[in-house]
Amino acid sequence: MRAMFRNRGGVHPAYRKWGTAGAPIEALPLPKTLSISLAQHIGVPSKPIAQKGQKVHAGERIAEPGGYVSSAVHAPASGVVKAIEERPAVNGKYALTVVIETDGAMEDHRPDEADWTRLHPKEMVDRVAQAGVIGMGGAGFPTHVKLTPPPGKTIDTLILNGAECEPYLTADHRLMVEDAARVWEGACILRKILGASHLRVAIEDNKPDAIRAMEAAMKGADDGVALVILKTEYPQGAEKQLIYSVLGRQVPSGGLPMDVGALVENVATAVAVREAVVAQRPLLRRVTTVTGPGIRRPRNVLAPVGTPLQDLVDFCGGLTEDTVKIVVGGPMMGVAVATLEAGTAKTTSGLLALTRRVVPQYQSMPCIGCGRCVGACPMGLMPCTLSEHLEAEDYEAAEELNVLDCIECGCCAYECPAARPLVQHMKQGKARVATLRRQRESQAVK
Amino acid sequence: MGLWIPILVIGGTGIVCGAVLAAASRFFAVHEDPRLEALAELLPGINCGACGFAGCSEYARAMLEKGIPVNLCKPGGHETVSRVASFLGVEAVAGERQVALVLCKGDDAAASRSTLYNGLADCAAAELAGGGGKDCRFGCLGLGTCARVCPVGAIEITAGRLAVVHPELCIGCRQCVAACPRRLIKMAPESSLIHVLCNSHDRGPLVRKVCRVGCIACTVCVKLVNEKGIRMKNNLAVVDYEVPLDNDEVVSRCPQHTIERRRLKKTVEV
Amino acid sequence: MPDPIQNKRLISPSPHAHSGDSVRRIMLSVLLALAPAAMFACWHFGWNAARLMIVCAASCVLFEYACRAAMRRDPSITDFSAVVTGVLLAMNLPPDLPSWMAIVGAFFAIVIAKQVFGGIGYNLFNPALIGRVVLLISFPMQMTSWSQWHIPHPLAGADAVTSATPLGLLKTSVASGHGIPFLFNAATAWQFFLGFKNGCIGEVSGLALLIGGLYLLWRRAIYWQTPVCYLATVALMAAALQIADPVHQLGPLFHLLTGGVLLGAIFMATDMVTSPVTKTGMAIFGIGCGVLTMVIRLWGGYPEGTSFAILLMNAVVPLINRFTRPRVFGHVRRPKKS
Repeated sequence: MRAMFRNRGGVHPAYRKWGTAGAPIEALPLPKTLSISLAQHIGVPSKPIAQKGQKVHAGERIAEPGGYVSSAVHAPASGVVKAIEERPAVNGKYALTVVIETDGAMEDHRPDEADWTRLHPKEMVDRVAQAGVIGMGGAGFPTHVKLTPPPGKTIDTLILNGAECEPYLTADHRLMVEDAARVWEGACILRKILGASHLRVAIEDNKPDAIRAMEAAMKGADDGVALVILKTEYPQGAEKQLIYSVLGRQVPSGGLPMDVGALVENVATAVAVREAVVAQRPLLRRVTTVTGPGIRRPRNVLAPVGTPLQDLVDFCGGLTEDTVKIVVGGPMMGVAVATLEAGTAKTTSGLLALTRRVVPQYQSMPCIGCGRCVGACPMGLMPCTLSEHLEAEDYEAAEELNVLDCIECGCCAYECPAARPLVQHMKQGKARVATLRRQRESQAVK
Repeated sequence: MGLWIPILVIGGTGIVCGAVLAAASRFFAVHEDPRLEALAELLPGINCGACGFAGCSEYARAMLEKGIPVNLCKPGGHETVSRVASFLGVEAVAGERQVALVLCKGDDAAASRSTLYNGLADCAAAELAGGGGKDCRFGCLGLGTCARVCPVGAIEITAGRLAVVHPELCIGCRQCVAACPRRLIKMAPESSLIHVLCNSHDRGPLVRKVCRVGCIACTVCVKLVNEKGIRMKNNLAVVDYEVPLDNDEVVSRCPQHTIERRRLKKTVEV
Repeated sequence: MPDPIQNKRLISPSPHAHSGDSVRRIMLSVLLALAPAAMFACWHFGWNAARLMIVCAASCVLFEYACRAAMRRDPSITDFSAVVTGVLLAMNLPPDLPSWMAIVGAFFAIVIAKQVFGGIGYNLFNPALIGRVVLLISFPMQMTSWSQWHIPHPLAGADAVTSATPLGLLKTSVASGHGIPFLFNAATAWQFFLGFKNGCIGEVSGLALLIGGLYLLWRRAIYWQTPVCYLATVALMAAALQIADPVHQLGPLFHLLTGGVLLGAIFMATDMVTSPVTKTGMAIFGIGCGVLTMVIRLWGGYPEGTSFAILLMNAVVPLINRFTRPRVFGHVRRPKKS
């Protein structure tokens, strides 16, 4: 069925998915070294348990969760731990990184167990936690935490997110086309864990082959299941927007999807959950779309976590000379990185090489009040007014204009003819306002 | 007759408003400690917040009502503290004047920038967006966030995109210390002379790759002073300002010229 | 802008994609949208129209450059906003105005109305309209003298020769107790729509202005809310008044096709800087402009009120923005102040 509800705002960037939408997923030969960041997820960084010089085998745990909202990390291939030190990570920051010099053995051949349907949900969540599964759509929230809602919260609908609204990216798209059965099984496992009566598979209408593949995989499912076809629009796949499109429910400001009885999981996460529950396989690799005008042979690559970006680029024919920007993730919310040394993370859905032709150079001007950002904002904010307040460091005014509701999707800055760094203003404003709030609360306690 | 109507209307309005204001000032008057105003007058009045209170009058109120120590005003220095102390009839000794110091020497001539940062000209924002173009992850970004928060304009951003504090202007309010996202501005007592102007905890070879004047943790200086006054802390030589240090050899023998002799006192006192 | 040479990688915050539209491109499309009206003006009024447009545009650019240089700010003439202001100012001037007066208008538009406030983006009032209104108040004679033209007379076959605009003619006639001084039928309306009448050089041809307006809508340089609400309000008020007083009122078509209301609704009220940012706000702004225009036309001292109406509404734009904030996703009601 078509999605019944239409989100406000949104933009239609040039999608440019044709380069890789038809390209089958290809496995990358095992890189010589892997740099596995211990801060791939949201929350407390993982604590390394492997020692420098230690030999590790594929699937061995090299770091354990550093707290409740944290995740385990495993060695994607066997080899020797060369270093545990701070290195640049794909999010543009530095993080404690385990560097493994691989020795060629990648696979761990654990067979599928027969029947997951007899497992207790608690046992399944435990397996998900053991496998170090985190949200692979981009945010990287530890999945086992998400699957353990606090008592009193019931989740009636699980939404499987196959929207992939970011331009260029086709990793989830190809996964649905080529591996629909496992995606579907993962979704069923997630539904059973949550005890959700409804399951919605949401896909944008620019991926007809993925829709067909998922429909075939879902054949014979019960009444609680439906495939929802979304209008192609950015940011259709953002959590709050997706829930609204599919269910017509608005996640309250400052709240979580579970407050409206919904939970969203990415299709790649579903596959990782399936592997964790059915075969107790840890999350060791993922599909990354390597594309953009600066990549000579764009491909969808299945690569181990921690693969240096340089290896991905080399596998795809290298960079063209006019490449000026390397982006990890999609062009709307991805991070520009300075070096190709960093290793991929579990959340790395794309690696883009952008050339001068497609990269905007910002020379920002004063706001000319065109109102396009107001029209484009999916959250109903007024980015133009907000950015003027934030420029003047008037954080109280920004708070009153709900800066904390910003999802940093980038629609405003995409549209802005004055090339104002609106998202950067918002990010900084959110951080400052959050600090101010904490200060106020601690003062109130005093 | 026509003339009288406006006169009466405006005059009447004036009388009514005046009466209301008079009544308000009578009934809603806030009785303040008369000493408060006088005490606040003694403070410098630049509302820098270094004392931990929201401005000079708040600090004055805290001293009067809560008995907060009288020597917290940093910009005021000895003079202010002794005036405040005598006003309140207490004894107090001001600490030594502290001066902000940017622990980085890596301007564009010395430290490399292999990427171009294209975004908001603000260090904190650049730090969020992938590092602001400087290769050294500990070094000064030079986008001037500290200079903008400085209440007295004591920080200059040089042509080589490096923040430099003018010690004679610094009032020691620590606003810049809090504003720097890389935490590379530190306070130093004004009597100190020898400073290690680097903030990099990277290992030597990594530092050398990105900066000509960064501390490479060679430990020459530490050995020269026998760990008295300079100590190694996580690949970085750090001056211990508790120990007075005046040793020109550490300056001349530092292979990277990271260590400098710099006078922080205001002017030569006669 | 960082130097694009040296093969250096760029680091910048997300998003890394952009619609490609810029202030300069928007300004250029406004100029392109003005082209039909400008060409008609040159054909209809001859050399004088071209002279005014060139003088205004050149002096606006010059003032902008000089002003930025004097204030030691980055030059801003490359965004073409000064050219747009200049051409729009010229569009709002009568064809016989001396050049030096046009330069005075350009000075007030750029220096007083725009740069003193901080340049593009910061001005409260539409610069071109400030220029026009200053001239209108300072040189009322020159700003309201027109060349002679023919207009159909109520008595068949007897054309009148006049040197007033249709609105001016109506106003003086009604004020002196006479009825409607000329024939307004389908043929006259068509003549007015095509542009054969007296008026400021840019406002005469409704057809040319509509073509430009459609182009701007397609380019998303304006939103439909402002012009449609503006024109609809004018039409509705005119219709209501005609029903109430058929002897002295000429109805909606007359009010839409005369004076500067089309130019104002399409090009002046839609100026991005001085109009609201929300769609609802734009609609309210348009309605306000329409009401004020009609009030000034019917009961004010001037025959035409478009400029004053838009300037008055410019003043309340911050208020409109404030009260038409969109509902934020996930908020049930507008949040109360804590």
